[in-house]
Amino acid sequence: MTDIIFEAIRGPWPWYVAGPLVGLTVPLLLFFGNKRFGLSSNLRHMCAAVPAARRNAFFAYDWRRAGGWNLLLFLGIAIGGFIGGVLLANPAPLVVAEPTTAALATAGLSVDGALAPAALFSWSSLFTLRGFVVMVLGGFLIGFGARWAGGCTSGHAIMGLSELQWPSLLAVAGFFIGGLMATHLVLPLVLGL
Amino acid sequence: MVTTTPDTTRTQSATTVGFVARYLAIGAYFGFVLVKAEVLSWYRIQEMFRFHSFHMYGVIGLAVVVGLVTVALVKRYQLRAADGSAITFTDKDRSWARYLLGGSLFGLGWALTGACPGPIAALIGAGLTGFTVVLVAAVLGTYTYGLLRHRLPH
Repeated sequence: MTDIIFEAIRGPWPWYVAGPLVGLTVPLLLFFGNKRFGLSSNLRHMCAAVPAARRNAFFAYDWRRAGGWNLLLFLGIAIGGFIGGVLLANPAPLVVAEPTTAALATAGLSVDGALAPAALFSWSSLFTLRGFVVMVLGGFLIGFGARWAGGCTSGHAIMGLSELQWPSLLAVAGFFIGGLMATHLVLPLVLGL
Repeated sequence: MVTTTPDTTRTQSATTVGFVARYLAIGAYFGFVLVKAEVLSWYRIQEMFRFHSFHMYGVIGLAVVVGLVTVALVKRYQLRAADGSAITFTDKDRSWARYLLGGSLFGLGWALTGACPGPIAALIGAGLTGFTVVLVAAVLGTYTYGLLRHRLPH
């Protein structure tokens, strides 16, 4: 019996279980903290925590008072990642849809069973051209784009859409335009580097 | 005066411990779900943008349903937070440039790295420490936006 429960917790969880559990973060934050779900502001708070960056008015604010809760939430996510990905890790290799596996193979990347391909995201891949482009350029675009758009997947796609905010629907459309371009145009070029 | 000081200090530190524990716990819950749902996986994001799997659409779709119901109930019954404070929502600025252009750049980064801010934290915790590079690059991206924001359309 405990084996069955343990097996179920280790996952992977199907979308109809995972989706509502992801969404539950919204009422948890609203009722226990009166906070609106969003995570990309942490990138701004991290800048504001660096004294030299505060010379720019955009980062000259009390980051502890404004962003303390958000940074704690971010740290908590890393702890949750450790519990779920290390302590209670699913030992089985990640299964990827057949057509995606085939498309990636054509582009020159084999599925390795990890959460993210080591060929792109390991420390040693940082010193390969394609690893550097994916990690550094990709990361830069996340930070630049999220702040320009005023939010990321949590702030716009989940919280914004839940509030029926029209601008958030525009932002999500933008996420998809960019994502489709990156997947079908940019990534084939980058993987060939 | 003198006798009340230690009590005040104790109350403040208790509040601080509660504050820290509350957000760490909610974060840990969310991070755990991200790993078990595999929505932080680069491969799942690839499946989504290639329309090869329903998984990501199902997860995000149902998460939004829970959020929609929550917000609707809060508005309908004017529900309050646990501390008694009123829950309010502010409308975002009605424009299009920042959302469509900024959103597209974010989408490019999301698909390249297979991660967004929450998943970056969870992946680092899960032992994929290479994602600290992605995090540092993202912080630099936000910093650069801060420098250039007056020249960008919003």
